Amino acid sequence: MAKAKVATTSLCGCFGCHMSLLDIDDRILKLVELVDFNKSPINDIKEFTERCTVGLIEGGCCNEENVRVLRDFRKHCDILISVGDCATMGGIPAMRNTIPLKECLDEAYLNGPTVHNPSGQIPNDPEIPLLLNRVYPCHEVVKIDYHLPGCPPSADTLWEALVALLTDKPVALPYELIKYD
Amino acid sequence: MSETITFTIDGKEVSAQPGQTIMQAADAAGIYIPRLCAFEGLVPHGSCRVCTVMVNGRAQAACTQPVADGIVVENDTEKLLAIRRDIIEMLFVEGNHYCMFCEKSGNCELQALAYRFGIAAPKYPYLFPKREIDATHPDIFIDRNRCVLCGRCVRASRDVDGKGVFEFVGRGPQKRVAVNAEANLADTDLKTSDKAVEVCPVGAILRKRVGYAVPVGRRRYDHKPIGSDIEQAASKK
Repeated sequence: MAKAKVATTSLCGCFGCHMSLLDIDDRILKLVELVDFNKSPINDIKEFTERCTVGLIEGGCCNEENVRVLRDFRKHCDILISVGDCATMGGIPAMRNTIPLKECLDEAYLNGPTVHNPSGQIPNDPEIPLLLNRVYPCHEVVKIDYHLPGCPPSADTLWEALVALLTDKPVALPYELIKYD
Repeated sequence: MSETITFTIDGKEVSAQPGQTIMQAADAAGIYIPRLCAFEGLVPHGSCRVCTVMVNGRAQAACTQPVADGIVVENDTEKLLAIRRDIIEMLFVEGNHYCMFCEKSGNCELQALAYRFGIAAPKYPYLFPKREIDATHPDIFIDRNRCVLCGRCVRASRDVDGKGVFEFVGRGPQKRVAVNAEANLADTDLKTSDKAVEVCPVGAILRKRVGYAVPVGRRRYDHKPIGSDIEQAASKK
């Protein structure tokens, strides 16, 4: 049987969910037998080279590049999974959602107690992705098929869900694997 | 008065004393009816509707509805589970529930209900409301981002502590818990030993300098779902 193709990305996240995936210990040897990674920071493949069975999304959408990458994942993946609380509800970055964007930028680049910025400029280079007005959970941008909550989801949660999907079984997580922290 | 009332919950015969609520009778019989605003020792409030059951085919709050002879109560049905799940999901999107850094996580009743119902993510859009935090009190703070308006603190402070520190103000989306003082929580006579501080089901009213006292894996709802104490107490009888 051909190995399933898996792609992963970290949008507006901290890479903690990717670290949790690596935390599956020696099961990573079994994972290598089950899947090939396509676009992913794990192997540093930057663009999709083929269609993937599963796409794992870490982080929500805080800028235009996140939205572009997320839509690219939706286009290339059969099953898209929001991994972790940032992808699911915005997470820590979404704390800025109750504060106007200009106030956030002013605090970060002009008014913050530790800011040293003699030019008084707020970064605005065309190469820097434009920030969105707020942080969006992934399912508010594209259709998401599964949510794995947690900050990060435990290695067991990721393993159980991934193996169930790749072996055509229902994703039925036991009580102790659904956690929001 | 010792006449006994008998009725059924999901077909199981339950006996109760006159004046008991359906929830009290169910608890004694080892049947868990999910709840959020109800708290033993406080006057029932009937506001969260998580304990909604069908009584002779009509939706009623089990925490306020008195038992009556021969009533037919439905509790553990697909339809009621869906209603309860929706209520919990709405409470999550209506506030700002950042479980990842909340000190109450693992001991939180809102979170525990979501775990029990197997909610991976709410189906409703997050509202990200702007809510106020009051950290003026030297030993206690209110984080209204986490408040679910259950009214436990209002009832406990009024009826148990005899202080009336908290009260609801506003209506609809503007409804919030206010403090009975000129300005802030620091101006009230609230003490850390008050019942009102203890009963908060979420992390909205917390004692300062407690932090993450219990490690992950040993917290109240880490391994056992909320309500399993009620279910287990009966199986031991």
